[in-house]
Amino acid sequence: MNVLCLVELDDAGVTDASLRALTFARSLVTGGAPGDPGGGRPVLAAVAFGPADRVPASLLGRYGVTEAYVIEPATLDGYAPQAWARSLEGLLGVTLAAAVVAAGTDCGSEVLAHLGALTGQPMAANCIAASRAADGTLAVSRQRWAGLLIEDATLEGMPALLTVATDAVPPVPVDAAPVDAGAAGDTADPPVRVHEPDLDPADLRVRATVSAGREGGVSLATARVVVGGGRGVGGPDGFAPLEELASLLGGVVGVSRVVTSQGWRPHTQQVGQTGTKITPELYLACGISGAIQHMAGCGSARNIVVVNTDPSAPILSRADYAVIGDLAEVIPALVAALKDRR
Amino acid sequence: MEIAVCVKRVPQVGGRIVVTPDGQDVDTRMSGFAISPHEECAVEEAVQITERLGGTVSVLTLGPAEAADQLRDALALGAHRAVLLEAGGHAWGPAGTAAAIVAEVRRRSAEGPAYDLLLLGNEAADTGDYQVGIRVAHGLGWPCATGIKQLEVTGDAVRARREYRGHEETFEFGLPAVITVKEGINLPRYPSLPGRLRAKRAAVEQYQPQWQPEGLRTRGLRVPDQPRQQATVLGTGTDAVPALVRLLDELGILK
Ligand SMILES: Cc1cc2nc3c(=O)[nH]c(=O)nc-3n(C[C@H](O)[C@H](O)[C@H](O)COP(=O)(O)OP(=O)(O)OC[C@H]3O[C@@H](n4cnc5c(N)ncnc54)[C@H](O)[C@@H]3O)c2cc1C
Ligand SMILES: Nc1ncnc2c1ncn2[C@@H]1O[C@H](COP(=O)(O)O)[C@@H](O)[C@H]1O
Repeated sequence: MNVLCLVELDDAGVTDASLRALTFARSLVTGGAPGDPGGGRPVLAAVAFGPADRVPASLLGRYGVTEAYVIEPATLDGYAPQAWARSLEGLLGVTLAAAVVAAGTDCGSEVLAHLGALTGQPMAANCIAASRAADGTLAVSRQRWAGLLIEDATLEGMPALLTVATDAVPPVPVDAAPVDAGAAGDTADPPVRVHEPDLDPADLRVRATVSAGREGGVSLATARVVVGGGRGVGGPDGFAPLEELASLLGGVVGVSRVVTSQGWRPHTQQVGQTGTKITPELYLACGISGAIQHMAGCGSARNIVVVNTDPSAPILSRADYAVIGDLAEVIPALVAALKDRR
Repeated sequence: MEIAVCVKRVPQVGGRIVVTPDGQDVDTRMSGFAISPHEECAVEEAVQITERLGGTVSVLTLGPAEAADQLRDALALGAHRAVLLEAGGHAWGPAGTAAAIVAEVRRRSAEGPAYDLLLLGNEAADTGDYQVGIRVAHGLGWPCATGIKQLEVTGDAVRARREYRGHEETFEFGLPAVITVKEGINLPRYPSLPGRLRAKRAAVEQYQPQWQPEGLRTRGLRVPDQPRQQATVLGTGTDAVPALVRLLDELGILK
């Protein structure tokens, strides 16, 4: 089965989420018939949007990509989700892809949903596993409830459309993968071909104007340390010691939904199912009970340390270490102790 | 401005999700029901827009008869009109749901006044399919922006913003249109007592949409293995601070 994978470019080359999607897509590639575009070899095609010279062919090759397509700014400038989906639709015929894969990012989910609507095919969001069944359908497992529940399902559709949960698989290049892991071939640099999509004027009605984001130091999603504050912080004024601790540790403050819905802190700081997913080395959760929707956003933290007055708070059964106590006493004392060390 | 907000009744899960013995559903015997935070914000946004520009907010759900409760919750927050599309016991997926919403929008256009703007959540809290809004937009031939965190509506156009990978993306297009929103676009109000009383008495329009089978068929649901562990207690109150500092040092956090 040939597979087409949407690849998002960034300043470093290809985004981490797209490298994960490519790793996932590679595991679906099978077979390959003489006369196929791959000349008898199965195809893992990547498609990117941007200048051709920014497509990192050798990196894509290392992830098993056998051919790359690029839609250049002269043809389609900037992010226009429906036009991107139209471009993928056009590449179906060129690559004979039986499945289209994208990262489960805002961009990947949106473009694949448009492709689903354009082609009239179903789309399975946030898959963590997929394999081909004997009858040609795909057996997929996908995240529901932000990963709190897994659905095992049968996906019919030609092509099969799936997005990959951003924490489903780590990014693994072919040369690092154990033999038998479904490598699509050797890792020669794939050719990069310019594709000219056949766009409908309506495809361009919605197009992003991009401007620099909020002036922001460390972002919540990528911070190495997150100091969390929940209802136990007590009010908007209680956050100063948490802010001070976060900046001492080179991190940022994250909060629970109770805190944002009370208006104590802005929603941009919310961790969880309807906030941001964080992946820090340390999550220090203060005055947070550990509701599952909150844990959906911090479960991938390497270490979870809790400060809570209640030794039976649910978060203690999902954490590594805990201090039982009032955060209004413990956090200022911790700040003082850290300053003393300097 | 005629606005329809699409909301979905979902179980209000507490400590953990429990699956029914046959593995086909979430066990809701012990749970209440609610709509997703994204959709609460969609309702609030619609109410704010009509407070500024005049018009009607219709709330729309495809679900069981009991989903009228969620419609009434939205009415209590200031929505004006409630429409229940009866699920009729079928398992509806995103394509069928979108088709049912499209049919309601068309019916309303025929009878008037037509909707100018549809607001949905970016994703449903339970199934998280990330697609109903986009499929509705295609069904109607309307433009669509998703994941919106800031919205300005003028008489005949919208400017919608979101953040992506550290950049701000702005979309501008004409009405009618579909917008899916995320929590954070506003801070939803609490229902007022008069609002609750009005909602209790309000009529709910009901229609029976045509069900269609989906290409993604559930075989079963399961709760993923969670590395459940009980935290090691470092100590109590400020007495635990030295141990906490030592721990942060051992974890390499203090560099
Ligand atoms: C669909 C859906 C999506 C949701 N998405 C999110 C989301 O993205 N993020 C999110 O966080 N929630 C989300 N929620 C809400 C979630 O269910 C909880 O309501 C919320 O996380 C609880 O916040 P909390 O832990 O701060 O408050 P509480 O549950 O009230 O817990 C407060 C904790 O603080 C402790 N405490 C009190 N005083 C002190 C003190 N002085 N010192 C130390 N500890 C103290 C208490 O013992 C308690 O454990 C969502 C809910 C739904 C239905
Ligand atoms: N049964 C339903 N009734 C009304 N609106 C729905 C329904 N299912 C989904 N939606 C809307 O579509 C959005 C996206 O859902 P989904 O694509 O399923 O993740 C939700 O946030 C709702 O606004």
